[in-house]
Amino acid sequence: MADTKYVLQMTDICKEFPGVKALDNVQLKVRPGTVHALMGENGAGKSTLMKCLFGVYIEDGGEILIEGKKSKFSNPKQAMDNGVAMVHQELNQVLQRNVMDNIWLGRYPGNAGVVSEKIMYEETKKILDELEIDVNPKAKMAKLSVSQRQMVEIAKAVSYNAKILVLDEPTSSLTNEEVNHLFKIINKLRDKGCGIIYISHKMEEILQISDDVTIMRDGKWIDTIPAKDLTTDKIIKLMVGRDLTNRFPPKTNKPKDVILEVKNLTGAYQPSIREVSFELRKGEILGIAGLVGSKRTELLETIFGIAKHSEGEINLHGKKVINSDSRKAIKNGFALLTEERRATGIFGQLDIKFNTMIANIDRYSKFGVLDNKKIIEDTKWTINSMKVKTPSQKTLIRSLSGGNQQKVIIGRWLLTNPEILLLDEPTRGIDVGAKYEIYQLIIDLANKGKGVIVVSSEMPELLGICDRILVMSNGKVAGIGDADKLSQEDIMTMAAKYI
Amino acid sequence: MNKVKFNKESLQNFLLNYALYIVLFIMIVFFVIKEPGFLSLKNFTNILSQASTRGILALGVAGLIVLQGTDLSAGRILGFTAIVSASLLQSTTYAARMYPNLKALPLIVPLFVAIVIGGIFGAINGFGVAKLKVHAFIITLGTQLIAYGASCLYIDRPPLGAQPVANLDERYTAFVNGYLRLGSIEIPYLVFYLAIVAAIMWFVWNKTKLGKNMFAIGGNPEAAAVSGVNLVKNIMFIFIISGVLYGLAGFLEAARAGSTTTSTGFNYELDAISACVVGGVSFTGGIGTIPGVLIGTVLLQVINYGLNFIGVNAYWQYIIRGLIIIVAVSLDVRKYIAKK
Repeated sequence: MADTKYVLQMTDICKEFPGVKALDNVQLKVRPGTVHALMGENGAGKSTLMKCLFGVYIEDGGEILIEGKKSKFSNPKQAMDNGVAMVHQELNQVLQRNVMDNIWLGRYPGNAGVVSEKIMYEETKKILDELEIDVNPKAKMAKLSVSQRQMVEIAKAVSYNAKILVLDEPTSSLTNEEVNHLFKIINKLRDKGCGIIYISHKMEEILQISDDVTIMRDGKWIDTIPAKDLTTDKIIKLMVGRDLTNRFPPKTNKPKDVILEVKNLTGAYQPSIREVSFELRKGEILGIAGLVGSKRTELLETIFGIAKHSEGEINLHGKKVINSDSRKAIKNGFALLTEERRATGIFGQLDIKFNTMIANIDRYSKFGVLDNKKIIEDTKWTINSMKVKTPSQKTLIRSLSGGNQQKVIIGRWLLTNPEILLLDEPTRGIDVGAKYEIYQLIIDLANKGKGVIVVSSEMPELLGICDRILVMSNGKVAGIGDADKLSQEDIMTMAAKYI
Repeated sequence: MNKVKFNKESLQNFLLNYALYIVLFIMIVFFVIKEPGFLSLKNFTNILSQASTRGILALGVAGLIVLQGTDLSAGRILGFTAIVSASLLQSTTYAARMYPNLKALPLIVPLFVAIVIGGIFGAINGFGVAKLKVHAFIITLGTQLIAYGASCLYIDRPPLGAQPVANLDERYTAFVNGYLRLGSIEIPYLVFYLAIVAAIMWFVWNKTKLGKNMFAIGGNPEAAAVSGVNLVKNIMFIFIISGVLYGLAGFLEAARAGSTTTSTGFNYELDAISACVVGGVSFTGGIGTIPGVLIGTVLLQVINYGLNFIGVNAYWQYIIRGLIIIVAVSLDVRKYIAKK
C-alpha cells in the first residue's frame, strides 16, 4: 500500500496568514536516496513550507506523507523522533557543553533519570566515525569551528535515524574545502537512502550536489526539474519569474589615485592579521577573499579600530590616521558594514528612522537634543536613494527583507560621509534579485569616488564586482591581483598558501 | 620573540583566572599576620560549621544561576523555615513556648515541614520563571517579601508578641551542633550534612538528565527547546530543589544559631550568590561546578570569620563583602570577553 517511490510527499499545501497567502498549493516530492534542492527568493515560502513539515505551523490544507504514511507533527521534537531532522542555518547549540551532550540533548540515554555517559560516548563515536567526522565526542562545542559544529548537527540528525534531512543554507559560512567535506557526508547519507532537502542560494552548489530541484516563487510551486536539465540562468529565471540576463551590473567605476595605504598591519591579540600591507584607490572596489579563519573580518575590524593593532600604520591621503576606536574611525571617514547583520548591524525592535540615524547621532544633536526634522529628512534620503521597499519610516527594520535591511544599513553609513567603506559579506542571506541591487549600490559608491573594500566568501561575487582581489591566508596576504586576470582556482590556491 | 609574548600572555591568563583566589589568599595571609591565633583547628571547624548552612543555601542558588537566573528570596525562605522549625522544637520544659501544648515531636516532622515550605516557595519561584516568564530577579524579589511577611506574622502572636524563638529541644541542638570526635579532632555534624548534600547535588548536576538539561537550558534555552527538552518541567524541578535546600538549611540554621528571629537569614542570599560567583558559577548561564560552589562558600566564610576575628568593624565588613562581589563578577566576565 505504502508508496515507497517517495520518502516525503507534500501535496497541495496551503497556509494563510492574516492578509497573506504564504503557501498556495505547494508540492514537494522527495525520492529516497536523492538530494532535492528547494529554491526560491527570500519570502518565496521555503521556510514556511519547512515549518509546516516540522509542525511549527499547521497547514490549512494539503497532505504530508512520510514513507506513504500520513503525518502531522505538533512540534520539531516529534518530527525528529519520526526521522525528520533539520540543520538550521543559525546553529542552535549549547556552546558551553560538549559534543555528545549536544547530540543527545532532550533524550539522554539512561535509566531512571540517570544518564549513561558510556552509551552516549560510544554511540556518538560510532556516528562520527561512520560519517568520517574528526571531532572528539567530549570536545567542548565552543572550541569547534563553525564547520565542525555543523557536522555535529548533521551527526545529531543521523542519530535520530533521519529518513528526511533538511539542510538550510549549510554552506553559507563554510570554505570550499569544508564544503567538499560536507558534500562527501551528504553523498554518504544519500547512499544510505536518506532523502535530503537542500536549501541554498548558491547556484553552483545546487547544480553540483542535487538530483532534483523544486523552485518556488511567491508562495507557489513553480516547477520540479531534474538538476541535470538545469543551468544557473534557467534557475534564476524560474525563481525571479523574468529573465535576469546579468548577475552583476556593468562595471562602470574607474579607480583613480591611491587614498588608503595599509602598511604592515599586525593585530595585537594573535591569532589575528599579520604584516598586512595594501593600497586602495579612490573609486576602486577591492575584494578580500580567503577561507573562514583567514582573518578577513579581523582585517576590517583592525582598520576600523574595533580590534587593536600592535604594529603597522594606516595612511589616508598620505597622512597617518589613528582609529583608536569606532568613533574615531567614523570621524576619520571610515564606515564598517558588519558581517552578522542581525547580531551587530540592525536594531531589530526599532524602526527604520532609528536605524538610519544611530551611527550619526552627533550630527542631529544640539545640546543633547535630537533634531527630528533632519532625521526624517535623512531617513527619506536613505529610503529613496537606496530604493528601500518599506511602507514608512516607522516600520520596524526586522519586518523588512534581508536585502532591504542591508540597504538601510548602507544608507546609515553613507550618511556619515565616509571615504572608505568596509563591507563584510554585504550580500549574505540576501536573495538573487536584491543582490543585484546591492552590487549596483557598491559600484555606484565607487563611481562617487569612495574606496570600497568588500569581504566575501562567494568568489563569483568578488570576481564579478571587484577591480582587484586580495587573498588572505592564515592572517597574511597571500596575494593581490586584478579581478579580470584571476580564476577561482587561483584564489583557492592562494588561500591555502600559509596553511 | 614570539615565545616571550606567549609567556606574557599565559601569565596574564593565569592572573585573570586565579586573581580572585590570589586576592583571597592574600587576605588570609593578612589575617594570620595580624592575629597569628587565626590558624587554629578550633577556628577551622568553626568556619566549616558556619559555612555549612550557607553552603547548602549556595548549592540551591547555584542551579538557578546556571539557569541564567538568580534568587533574592533564599535568605528569607531560610529565615522563615528556621523560625517554623524552631517553634516546633522548643524545649518542653520552657514555659514561654510558642506552642505550650505541643508534645516533643520526632525531629523528622519539623524537618519535613521546613522542606515542604521551602519546596513550595521554590515552586512559586519556578512557576513564575518557567510559566509566567517573569525574570527570576523580579519573582524572587516578590517571594522574598512574602517570606519575610510570613515569618513576621508567624512569630508575632499573642500573648507573647514578637520575640526570638529560643530554648530549643536538646535532641535538636545535639543533632545539629554535635560533632564526631576523631582523636583530638572534633568534626561537626554540620560538615557531614553539607558534604552529603554536596555529593547528592554533584550527582544531580553531572549524572542525571535533570542536571544535563539544566546546563543546556542555561547555556542556550532555544537549543534545548528545539531538541524537545521540557523547559517548564526542568526549570520547575531545579527551583523546587533549591527551595528544598533552603528549607533544610533553615532547619539546620535555627539550631546552629540557638535561637531565631525575623532577621534570621537576612542577606544570606547575597552571601550565597557571592559564593557561587566566587566559585565560578557564571551569570551568563550554563557554567558552574559543585566543587566551585563549595570553595566559594568556604573562602567567603574564611573572610567573614577572619574580619570578625581581627576585629574589623561590622559596617566595614559589609563594604568589603560588597567589593568582593564586584571584583568577583568583573573578573568572571573578563574570562568570557574575547580580546580583539
